[in-house]
Amino acid sequence: MLQVGTESNPLRVAVIGAGPTGFYTAEHLFRQKDFVVEVDMFERLPSPYGLVRYGVAPDHQKIKSVTKVYDRTAKKPGFRFFGNVELGKHIQVADLRCYYHQIVYTTGAQTDRRLGIPGEDLAGSLPATEFVAWYNGHPDYRDYEVDLSVEAAAVVGVGNVAMDVARILSRTPEELAVTDITDYALEALSQSQIKDVYILGRRGPAQAKFSTPEIKELGAMADADCCVLAEEAELDALSQAALADGSDRATMKKIEIIQSYAGRESSGKSRKLTLRFLVSPVELIGDEHGRVVKMRLVKNELYKTESGTLRPRATDQFEEIPVGLVFRSVGYRGKALPGVPFYDSWGVILNEGGRVVDPETKKPVLGEYTGGWIKRGPSGVIGTNKPDALETVKHMLADLAEGKTLDPAEPAAEAVEKFVCDRQPDSFSYDDWLRLKEMEVANGEAQGRPRVKFTSVAEMKAALGK
Amino acid sequence: MKIQQILASKGMNVITVHPEQPAREAISLLVEYHIGALVVVDSDKRPVGILSERDIVRRAAEDEAFFSEPVANLMTRQLITGIRQDDTFSVAATMTEKRFRHLPIMDEGKLIGIVSIGDILKAERNQYRGEIDTLETRIMAGEA
Ligand SMILES: Cc1cc2nc3c(=O)[nH]c(=O)nc-3n(C[C@H](O)[C@H](O)[C@H](O)COP(=O)(O)OP(=O)(O)OC[C@H]3O[C@@H](n4cnc5c(N)ncnc54)[C@H](O)[C@@H]3O)c2cc1C
Ligand SMILES: NC(=O)c1ccc[n+]([C@@H]2O[C@H](COP(=O)([O-])OP(=O)(O)OC[C@H]3O[C@@H](n4cnc5c(N)ncnc54)[C@H](OP(=O)(O)O)[C@@H]3O)[C@@H](O)[C@H]2O)c1
Repeated sequence: MLQVGTESNPLRVAVIGAGPTGFYTAEHLFRQKDFVVEVDMFERLPSPYGLVRYGVAPDHQKIKSVTKVYDRTAKKPGFRFFGNVELGKHIQVADLRCYYHQIVYTTGAQTDRRLGIPGEDLAGSLPATEFVAWYNGHPDYRDYEVDLSVEAAAVVGVGNVAMDVARILSRTPEELAVTDITDYALEALSQSQIKDVYILGRRGPAQAKFSTPEIKELGAMADADCCVLAEEAELDALSQAALADGSDRATMKKIEIIQSYAGRESSGKSRKLTLRFLVSPVELIGDEHGRVVKMRLVKNELYKTESGTLRPRATDQFEEIPVGLVFRSVGYRGKALPGVPFYDSWGVILNEGGRVVDPETKKPVLGEYTGGWIKRGPSGVIGTNKPDALETVKHMLADLAEGKTLDPAEPAAEAVEKFVCDRQPDSFSYDDWLRLKEMEVANGEAQGRPRVKFTSVAEMKAALGK
Repeated sequence: MKIQQILASKGMNVITVHPEQPAREAISLLVEYHIGALVVVDSDKRPVGILSERDIVRRAAEDEAFFSEPVANLMTRQLITGIRQDDTFSVAATMTEKRFRHLPIMDEGKLIGIVSIGDILKAERNQYRGEIDTLETRIMAGEA
């Protein structure tokens, strides 16, 4: 085989998924100077950015400026974007092997983890993943329905996604109107009857996953009070002991804020956010129409495992709270890609430092790599995917240097163009996307909002006159 | 962060030895795989101990002719194990406090991996780097 990675025979890489990890992977590949690289990025949606566009909360606009870095990467010679092209639907892994030396899967976590309790499938019990995708205008969830005519909602889990969901449920229409939340969600949330939002943690305040700015923000909402039950804000003896040396200052700060909400009097705001700790839902109870009306909770206590983790254990104390909506926010979950080894029980593509590993043989699969949430699981902020992508790219380059790449029959950029056009005539280029983006921003400016999103593929095509 | 997040990118290949194998073979494995400890398993693949570089150094200081001794004579028998749902932060604290550097991870009675203090520190460092990066982006865009 001709030396790969040279001017006459560039290293051809397919990146699947245009989220932060896909872009960091491309960025790292372009930044090195030893090899000539071409990157084709495939994305199932017409728009890039992954969860930065369809996950990050609309009232957290500033972080979305990371996309400027991604746009810069997209301008590099050798980069191409094929939007509206899905691996497993329009193209298959076997096709990619004909055109590329290396394939990188950065498809994120496309679905949710379940609670595994009775009543979880009642109407009104929803995964946070879908609610988030709906208010952010993900084309798959445009016609999704959430009944906000109920008085109380519960969010299960105390991670940052739970914070997002609780905040969006409690914001005033005025607060939301200046964001890029979709018009249909703004309309629905403006009519919301929700007065009470419970956020349920199965462990104590010291084990809460949300970050400090997020918990602070909850206490400073325009028309919602935030409170914590005084007895649940107190640390148990095991948590106290774990923090006794004072080294974990981030957690101590968080606890301080949580405790400042304890026993707070209502200040007369219209909504109330109640943060609960050491409780687990054990059952959702429905009415005669199959709609959630109550949730049964068990009180937990903590015990210490051999390796030092404090885990929850159910006691024999139960309570019931009336709720008409339940959002499980206990984590996202990766989905298998057809033809790619997948470790189903963990919801990840098993790998060794980013080299895809076959779970059966435990051996790396030649030419296939992974990064981001589908590689390590659904945790970490946007920036965490940068060192993660770097690790993968290092291994890709090390393998290339040893001549360990796929041997594609047609390693030519033009051949891919023709092939994609055959399989998906409606693909979107990066220039298409930049034009759409300009239109979204212009439409937003007129209303004093960062952008007004297109929420369906048809709208996007129409806007471009495709 | 949970231990599982580290294990997902380690490929789940655990290098093991049997208690009756000579120390020499164990040392070869440590060198071959560039690792600091081996899980010692019985014939049913159940962990019965752990053999770390430190165990070897300790024995070497006592007896120069230890190379042909069985692993069983050198290994640490008081085995602390973890599960994939363990919090990395708590595990790191326990490792520091109890002075050990490798934690075999069990799932439903089966050995599924091993995590070193180095793995945890690396994962935590990447997480903090990411958080700083994200914070910088927010600040540069005018919001702290
Ligand atoms: C609700 C929510 C809010 C968040 N808010 C913040 C925040 O405020 N700040 C922060 O720093 N982090 C935040 N995060 C975390 C951050 O979004 C993630 O760390 C990051 O997006 C993960 O990047 P990724 O590229 O691995 O996956 P993703 O961002 O999910 O990108 C994966 C991409 O792959 C595409 N894809 C999937 N399957 C296929 C296929 N078969 N073919 C082609 N393409 C495919 C998807 O459409 C998607 O575009 C948030 C996460 C969530 C869930
Ligand atoms: N603003 C931001 O920076 C931002 C916003 C959104 C998301 N993100 C990031 O995106 C990642 C994913 O966030 P996430 O909130 O989905 O996940 P997460 O941080 O892992 O939180 C999941 C929560 O669900 C709980 N949980 C899990 N299983 C449960 C069960 N069976 N019953 C009750 N509770 C259960 C967990 O508790 P245990 O700890 O007890 O397991 C935890 O509190 C995180 O890294 C987060 O920081 C960041």
